[in-house]
Amino acid sequence: MTPPAAAPSPARMFFTLIRRDLLLAFRRRGELLFPVIFALVVISLFPLGIGPGPVLLARIAPGVVWIAALLATVISLDSLFRSDFEDGSLEQFLISGHPLPLIVLANTTAHWLVSGLPLVLLSPLLGLWMNLPEQAMGVLLASLALATPILSLVGSIGVGLTISLRRGGQLLSLLVFPLYVPVLIMATGGIMAAVDGLPYGAFLGLLSAGLIASLTLAPFATAAALKISLS
Amino acid sequence: MLSVANLSFERNFQPVFQPLDFTLGGAELLIITGPNGCGKTTLIRLLAGVLTPTHGQVSLNGNRLAWVGHLLAIKDDLSVLENLEFTRQFMAGWVDTRACTATQAVQRTGLHRVRHQLARHLSAGQRKRCALARLLFSTAELWLLDEPYSNLDHEGTALVDQLLADHIAGGGSCVMATHGEHRPAVAQQQSLQLQPGERPI
Repeated sequence: MTPPAAAPSPARMFFTLIRRDLLLAFRRRGELLFPVIFALVVISLFPLGIGPGPVLLARIAPGVVWIAALLATVISLDSLFRSDFEDGSLEQFLISGHPLPLIVLANTTAHWLVSGLPLVLLSPLLGLWMNLPEQAMGVLLASLALATPILSLVGSIGVGLTISLRRGGQLLSLLVFPLYVPVLIMATGGIMAAVDGLPYGAFLGLLSAGLIASLTLAPFATAAALKISLS
Repeated sequence: MLSVANLSFERNFQPVFQPLDFTLGGAELLIITGPNGCGKTTLIRLLAGVLTPTHGQVSLNGNRLAWVGHLLAIKDDLSVLENLEFTRQFMAGWVDTRACTATQAVQRTGLHRVRHQLARHLSAGQRKRCALARLLFSTAELWLLDEPYSNLDHEGTALVDQLLADHIAGGGSCVMATHGEHRPAVAQQQSLQLQPGERPI
């Protein structure tokens, strides 16, 4: 038993954990791509289902792209914390002495990098697919970039609460969809405003506020929920 | 090092074991015995702080914990070396990263031959060794070992005893739950027989 070599390093822990989660996601590439493919399929079904009329498609484009992003996020949430909970890693994290909210934030960040970021990057393509007018493309991209992290963070609270339940996934969707409604309204409202040539800054401002609020508050709620689930 | 006062834990208003009082000093080993279902793992989880006691308290007096339980916290999709290196980096600052590298840890635990294999291909005994290898990095004063000998062969059992002897020699303490006959050769040894709790009338 030697004295600790140095002070514990939260930053090093944070990036080590993100690197591990990304490596694990990469080792399971099939699961990695599933949410993105799911969103692509949902969006591509709309022109087939309601007819390829460009005016109608442009009108519903913001809502369709955003609802697809919501559904894809909820599907991907199931993998967040799941394997760490089942193999005991979460218990080890809990007793490690590192602050649990920071650990949770690292897990959630990795989750967003894997499931949210690809949607953000693909969104111009999705917009084009739905005949979204060019002037709204930037707002679509910005709204997804600002708000998909909110979806992951708020979703992590729901995962923390339901992870110890056998069919937690179904309850999870019921829990988190109501919380996603304000995000959906703000995001699609902003894109619609941009389509109509109206100012959309307020919508993006509210999404930014939501991002900051969830970034600072959600990890604490998730950590508390996970502690309850573990006992 | 560790003191436990009037500790009890209830599940559905049924106490799992009878209230416990004990203290554990430095360089001491406490062996918890008892039949299946008498609450050994529950007690270990209470000591780890994962469960909250119904009555009484556990006080660690600022000592840090290392815990090898039934869930080994090994990632199936990472190799043995990657698993160990993750723990080493994750706990950097608390573990002594200069004292033992991941490569030395696999050598010490006899996993050198399979170090690049994914953990999903390991046998139960090898997984246990991989979890025990983490103790080599640990600078925690108190070890909690839940059935450390399960799944291990003679060589593995000797390994646990050796790790434990080194830890105790360095002034550390250990709480070990076991239902087997084997006892490590540690001079300062207490043992605690858990009694199943009875429902108060």
